[in-house]
Amino acid sequence: MMVEVGLSHYLTVAAILFAIGIFGIFLNRKNVIIILMSIELMLLAVNINLVAFSVELNDLVGQVFAMFVLTVAAAEAAIGLAILVVYFRNRGTIAVEDINLMKG
Amino acid sequence: MIVQGLAFYLFAFIAVAAAVMVISARNPVHSVLFLILTFFNAAALFVLMGAEFLAMILIVVYVGAVAVMFLFVVMMLDINFAELRQGFLQYLPIGGLVGLVLLAELLIILGGWTLAPDAAIGGSAPTPAPATISNTDALGQLIYTHYFYLFQASGVVLLIAMIGAIVLTYRRRPGVRRQNISEQLQRHPGDSVEVRKVETGRGI
Repeated sequence: MMVEVGLSHYLTVAAILFAIGIFGIFLNRKNVIIILMSIELMLLAVNINLVAFSVELNDLVGQVFAMFVLTVAAAEAAIGLAILVVYFRNRGTIAVEDINLMKG
Repeated sequence: MIVQGLAFYLFAFIAVAAAVMVISARNPVHSVLFLILTFFNAAALFVLMGAEFLAMILIVVYVGAVAVMFLFVVMMLDINFAELRQGFLQYLPIGGLVGLVLLAELLIILGGWTLAPDAAIGGSAPTPAPATISNTDALGQLIYTHYFYLFQASGVVLLIAMIGAIVLTYRRRPGVRRQNISEQLQRHPGDSVEVRKVETGRGI
């Protein structure tokens, strides 16, 4: 019976969430908003990994680092959404395929 | 122990199912709501692991700020999302292949991997026993002493993100009257006050 929950259980959940995030980026190749949400999912998976190892190794630094990852993720979401809003204001679309002005 | 195991499987299952719905929901508003559900369940997993402070931070920062910001943007932009979903199935095989390969690799690593026996000894900040000090206290004593500069740096990152977002989205519209302090202060009585000689009984 697998009732005893240990490190590997949390790592498995984090791995599944990370794979779902990657999958979401491939699946919604046109919609930037869903891509940003997939990135958030992947960062969440990373945070679960950090906290799981922190608890397993009895070392608080992992949780401190997870907090910094969370901070950077929040900043990234804010900047990403601001860029998205500006882009939509200028071009009237957010389809990834139309973002090719710098292609040369 | 059984309760803990059941709670883990419940929260983990809901988190994964909600994550699947995030990437496959037809309506982006539903995607954001499922993202919030995922974050709540991840916070519950954090509580199960004993990281209460991070769990609360996750709810406050992600659910309270980031997810609401996503919701605002999704509702503000007037986009035909059905059009964006065209070609959804076209990318399903390659995306599914890559996702499955990655998942298999991660799980293989998980299967054939063990901690070094003395890995837990060399930690730089051993967790104090939960009975003596709470998780929040312990984290605070760490980030305000050893990791103070990093803590300040993360504050600077947030400040720069805030300034960047404001600079990016600020726009000056023509035809909007705004208060201009320096212009007001530079006004001179000679420019704005005129003395007229009014003839008696005529008015201006």
